[in-house]
Amino acid sequence: MAKIIVVTSGKGGVGKTTSAAAIATGLALRGNKTVVIDFDVGLRNLDLIMGCERRVVYDLINVIQGEAGLNQALIRDKRTENLHILPASQTRDKEALTPEGVEKVLETLSQEYDFIVCDSPAGIEHGAQLAMYFADEAIVVTNPEVSSVRDSDRILGLLASKTRRAERSEPPVREHLLITRYDPNRVTSGDMLTLEDVREILAINLVGLIPESEAVLRASNQGVPVVHDMDSDAGQAYADTVSRLLGEDVPLRFHEYQKKGLLSRMFGGGRR
Amino acid sequence: MKLLEFLKRERKKSASVAKERLQIIVAHQRGQRDQPDYMPMLEKELLEVIRRYVQVDQDAINISLDSDNDCSVLELNVTLPRDE
Ligand SMILES: Nc1ncnc2c1ncn2[C@@H]1O[C@H](COP(=O)(O)OP(=O)(O)OP(=O)(O)O)[C@@H](O)[C@H]1O
Ligand SMILES: [Mg+2]
Repeated sequence: MAKIIVVTSGKGGVGKTTSAAAIATGLALRGNKTVVIDFDVGLRNLDLIMGCERRVVYDLINVIQGEAGLNQALIRDKRTENLHILPASQTRDKEALTPEGVEKVLETLSQEYDFIVCDSPAGIEHGAQLAMYFADEAIVVTNPEVSSVRDSDRILGLLASKTRRAERSEPPVREHLLITRYDPNRVTSGDMLTLEDVREILAINLVGLIPESEAVLRASNQGVPVVHDMDSDAGQAYADTVSRLLGEDVPLRFHEYQKKGLLSRMFGGGRR
Repeated sequence: MKLLEFLKRERKKSASVAKERLQIIVAHQRGQRDQPDYMPMLEKELLEVIRRYVQVDQDAINISLDSDNDCSVLELNVTLPRDE
């Protein structure tokens, strides 16, 4: 039986797709059979971040409507073993995504995979609720910023009431906080909420902290999930996050103001 | 001396303002979380009724539902304006 993890946030553009791609890839790199599903019908871009846009033939809705088999729609990742992508439809109506259809797809995938990662659309409506409905765990992606934190709190409310686990009075969805686009310099100058602030306000377990990083745009330009770039801060931070999801105790990194390195001190003309 | 104090007293950092605002917003959202779906409507209609008699602000009314094992208590707080 697979573990179903939804990557969600309420607010748009905070880094859900970046995170879903990096975490799914990270889980697969660690030897777990993983599938990552794009629930963002009409605005799919997981395929772009994963670099498989030219190999999309069928999508989740084709499968739900019986127009294609699951194995025809699943795309095998070129770089990473054990990793598959199930794209969303670019053109079809959101309403074609039915709870019964999604349940069937997830049930079938559950037999085969260790992890099913669901990339949620923004918002708190139909699509977002469906992406979280069957989840066992939720990664709540949050930027250190007022509207993102507020929306994350609303998502926590939905996770506690509008999921299958909640409706069946089963043990609740396990909630993880993932803070992204964190800028320690701005935190130090008092212009960005601190990690502790966000954690205190949302009061859920922190699974990772991803710094604001140039590596993310570079990765999306290339269509290679940033976790492959292990020289980068964001790549390492996502790898740490995956380790924590797998139950390992990994110390937090990249949350402190970085003093300039020797090279940039010598050539950057900076003062010491 | 006063000048030195003035210089030392920092302008309130924007992040701490953000935190204070969020604490209030989140407390409010969580208060509403476990409420029955009819509460916002009930609150709105109660406000309309009260306004037929007294001019009160939108936020002068505070309504909450507390449940324990065998009964629920609907608590309604209305702040009335001071008599002129
Ligand atoms: N750690 C980071 N550092 C720098 N840029 C980032 C970081 N994380 C995400 N971004 C950028 O933020 C933008 C939005 O990211 P992404 O598409 O992952 O968000 P999303 O939550 O999936 O958006 P949507 O709600 O539209 O689905 C992208 O341009 C991405 O490159
Ligand atoms: Mg997205």
